[in-house]
Amino acid sequence: MRWVNRQLRRSDRLLLGALPILLLAVAYLLVAASRHAANPADKILPLPSSMVQSMSVLMFQPDQLTGQLVFWADTLASLQRLGIGLGISTLMAICVGLALGALPPVRATFGPLVTGIAVIPPIALLPILFIALGLGETAKVALIVVGIAPVMIRDIAAHVAALPREQIIKAQTLGASSWQVMIRVALPQAMPRLLQAMRLSLGPAWVFLISAEAIASDVGLGYRIFLVRRYLSMDVIIPYVAWIALLAIAMDVTLTFLSRRLFPWAHGDNH
Amino acid sequence: MSTLLSFRDVWVEYGDRIVIEKLSLDIEAHSFVSIIGPSGAGKSSFLRLILGQEGPTHGSILLDGIPLAPECGPDRGIVFQRYSVFPHLSALGNTILGMECARAPLSARLFGAARRAAKEEAVEMLTAVGLGDSLHLYPAQMSGGMQQRLAIAQALVKRPRILLLDEPFGALDPGIRADMHVLIRKLWSDYALTIVMVTHDIREAFSLGTRVIALDKRRHDPHAPHRFGAVAVYDLPLKERVEQISDERVSITID
Repeated sequence: MRWVNRQLRRSDRLLLGALPILLLAVAYLLVAASRHAANPADKILPLPSSMVQSMSVLMFQPDQLTGQLVFWADTLASLQRLGIGLGISTLMAICVGLALGALPPVRATFGPLVTGIAVIPPIALLPILFIALGLGETAKVALIVVGIAPVMIRDIAAHVAALPREQIIKAQTLGASSWQVMIRVALPQAMPRLLQAMRLSLGPAWVFLISAEAIASDVGLGYRIFLVRRYLSMDVIIPYVAWIALLAIAMDVTLTFLSRRLFPWAHGDNH
Repeated sequence: MSTLLSFRDVWVEYGDRIVIEKLSLDIEAHSFVSIIGPSGAGKSSFLRLILGQEGPTHGSILLDGIPLAPECGPDRGIVFQRYSVFPHLSALGNTILGMECARAPLSARLFGAARRAAKEEAVEMLTAVGLGDSLHLYPAQMSGGMQQRLAIAQALVKRPRILLLDEPFGALDPGIRADMHVLIRKLWSDYALTIVMVTHDIREAFSLGTRVIALDKRRHDPHAPHRFGAVAVYDLPLKERVEQISDERVSITID
């Protein structure tokens, strides 16, 4: 049988998907164990026991200076920044993207501006944001918004502009005004695409979040990673990175689930 | 019969390419006009003119004696070959949309008693096109024929003065197409519709229409084929059909 035709059962798929991850974990353990055999004080590849030890301090023992549980305070701060940034970007994508996509005069006026902003590397704007907005939360959220909103806007605008012309004509023969075409024809059909755009923007959003936190912050997952880097604390960095990956996967799965649940018509299954 | 739609000396040009030249004709109320012709002879342009998707380069088009604005409106319904229904709405939602747009300018949604009234009207129309038991299906769950039935219901609920059909049955298989022919004839007589249908199928054009208009280029310059546009080369009233609906003779003016 050709490989292009090989369909796997669900259980087999899960098994095969877990295989490379397990292999990687085992390989890490072997190498870490051999390094520790040679040098018990090795910090580069920590054993799980030392990771558990240092993480339990961060997770369950209040910090002496601030009195907070460091790990959870970091998580909360980062998720808050990410959530606000993603929320603002999504709102902008819907409002601006819809207008750009559906209304040719708006597209002619603001299309070049959005394209111009979208091609600027957001990290290059970070100094401007820090100078203009200070070192507080605003600048970090602004970096996420500047980084992902233009891409999302362009994606939604392109999707709306690519709706079949027949649908727009048909809506007008049903008496719809420009506004009604936008809210009843374009907006609902842009929603599944918006969730898709959010999923794809999550990766860059994390990048911008960690960058902003690394440069100027006093709490956050990215801040902690860059702080403990000074002490070669791989036993904290590795669990933090794994935690970030876990959070990102959870958000991705949630968005996919929401899209299937809210917009079954867009997924071509039998509802 | 009264004239509903008149073309007066209409030209359609794109740059120096002439698509339709010097077209003058009248379409009577309650007629079923089939438009045939080879590809590129301006059938679609002709339909877009009536639809208001584009305006004539010269000349004028009058609906009830009033010049048509070059914009689509609810007095002219359309069923395209594809993409006529909204994939994100159920059959019922698709049909109610027309009423919602007219009655709720800001939210384009109806609630309470207004919604119930609109729903009743929509169900009645869906039943008339044979979708009475598929109210809550989404277009993706429907066959091509059902989608076209839905598109017709969606257009008819607005009671358009003219119903335009752009190769509506072209993508359907022959059995379904025959069913659709019966349906559209029935709707045409039940609702006293005026229908203009563009089709590639000559048999369909003659079996459904009360009048068949063939658009083609009358003159042809081999060195500049784009410089002559299409005119109505044949304009055939199909008499027995006309007499079914009225004893009056149909008057046709062709240039």
